Amino acid sequence: MGSKRTLRAYRRENGRVGIRNHVIILPLDDISNAACEAVGNNIQGTLAIPHPYGRLQFGADLDLHFKTLIGTGANPNVAAVVVIGIEPGWTGRVVDGIAEMGKPVSGFAIEQSGDIATIASASRKAQEYVQWASERQREECEISDLWLSVKCGESDTTSGLASNPTVGNLIDKLDPLGVTTCFGETSELTGAEQECRSRARTPEVGDEFIGVWKAYMEEVIEPNKTSDLSESQPTKGNIEGGLTTIEEKAFGNLEKIGKKTKYVDVLEPAETPSKGPGLYFMDTSSAAAECVTLQAAAGFVVHLFPTGQGNIVGNPIEPVIKLTANPRTVRTMGEHIDLDVSGILRREMNLDEAGDALIDLTLRTSNGRMTAAETLGHREFVLTKLYRSA
Amino acid sequence: MRRTDFLVHAESDTVGVVVAEDTASGEEWTGWIMATDETIHIQAMDEIPLGHKVALNDIQSGDTIVKYGRDIGRAVADISKGCHVHVHNLKTKRW
Repeated sequence: MGSKRTLRAYRRENGRVGIRNHVIILPLDDISNAACEAVGNNIQGTLAIPHPYGRLQFGADLDLHFKTLIGTGANPNVAAVVVIGIEPGWTGRVVDGIAEMGKPVSGFAIEQSGDIATIASASRKAQEYVQWASERQREECEISDLWLSVKCGESDTTSGLASNPTVGNLIDKLDPLGVTTCFGETSELTGAEQECRSRARTPEVGDEFIGVWKAYMEEVIEPNKTSDLSESQPTKGNIEGGLTTIEEKAFGNLEKIGKKTKYVDVLEPAETPSKGPGLYFMDTSSAAAECVTLQAAAGFVVHLFPTGQGNIVGNPIEPVIKLTANPRTVRTMGEHIDLDVSGILRREMNLDEAGDALIDLTLRTSNGRMTAAETLGHREFVLTKLYRSA
Repeated sequence: MRRTDFLVHAESDTVGVVVAEDTASGEEWTGWIMATDETIHIQAMDEIPLGHKVALNDIQSGDTIVKYGRDIGRAVADISKGCHVHVHNLKTKRW
């Protein structure tokens, strides 16, 4: 592989390893965003993560809301968490879920105090957390401590030719080293679903994948589609880049999991892997920010994002490394691109070299190098909503 | 190495992907089949932008189009070898 196999990162209370050291201010619900952003402004070194949901949700949709917020707070890239909600009950559920990881977390409810008093007390706690977090030290960790997720976006045919196979090359090299990895995008595997089924470690897991894929088709796509999904799947950007059909897009997408790595298990949205190291499939939407938000909530700490036409997504807590093989994207959107693999198309670079370059960049990012998306302030935090609220 | 105008994933593919930014219609293009490391040539019939597909043989309306060695949809018009293959003549079989 030719790359160093250790990294310097933060080992958290539960033994997991993080590559960032955020103190986040997490709203339970939409109406607590303003207080969270005020605390974020008051205390340097904190990061408020506003979002639009959390009221009147119920059933599986509410469960996913809690799982995503708790998972976000529990992510090893987060040192400590301040949670603010409108009332103490559900706020407490998020706090208790994060506290199970042994991580510093405090909750504040706005009812019977108002925004101003809540902001004052939450700011004091946030200040204490930032000062504490600023003394955490990076330590030598093994590459097997790394949890890495993948998702592609604004793909074009160069994605399937070069940038996705570069990620696949990395997965094939890191899987034997005990790295935990994750791919998703249920609807976008349409056309390559049998190929994906065959990449499961056992037939039972492959059948489970097909079950999840069919459910997505039957419950999400079929009842809601109008004529066909032209312009949604593939997107307008995909079509501009030369991708014509969902089948073509799906085979390109699947290049991201390499040529030989098999997935261990099928995860629900935001579910944390529990069957040891290896590759996992997660049932997710194919929209970039939704997918990365769920993967971060499951505990993944670094993300690889191959793009063709130039999707610019980031995530507040999980650094998103972007690579492209499209020379026009490199030329016109260079500030968004961490790794240029367009040399593969010109046959100046082979996949093995590109995969090694990506491993090197992943380790440098894990050691602290900021991604293009981080420097540009991309913090897309998008909760997956399963249906309308009550 | 001679410049490569298009790449082909698998030997059985009926389309290739243009990877050069300045190709012109009427020229002979050089392609590389990645799976077999073979070099092939075709006469280009259209101007095709980088990332878009070129037909590697004559395709009849209704034929399955093959890329990655797999079915990626059906032709909805006759397509001559060397012509542009995209949403105007290729449709998904899925939705």
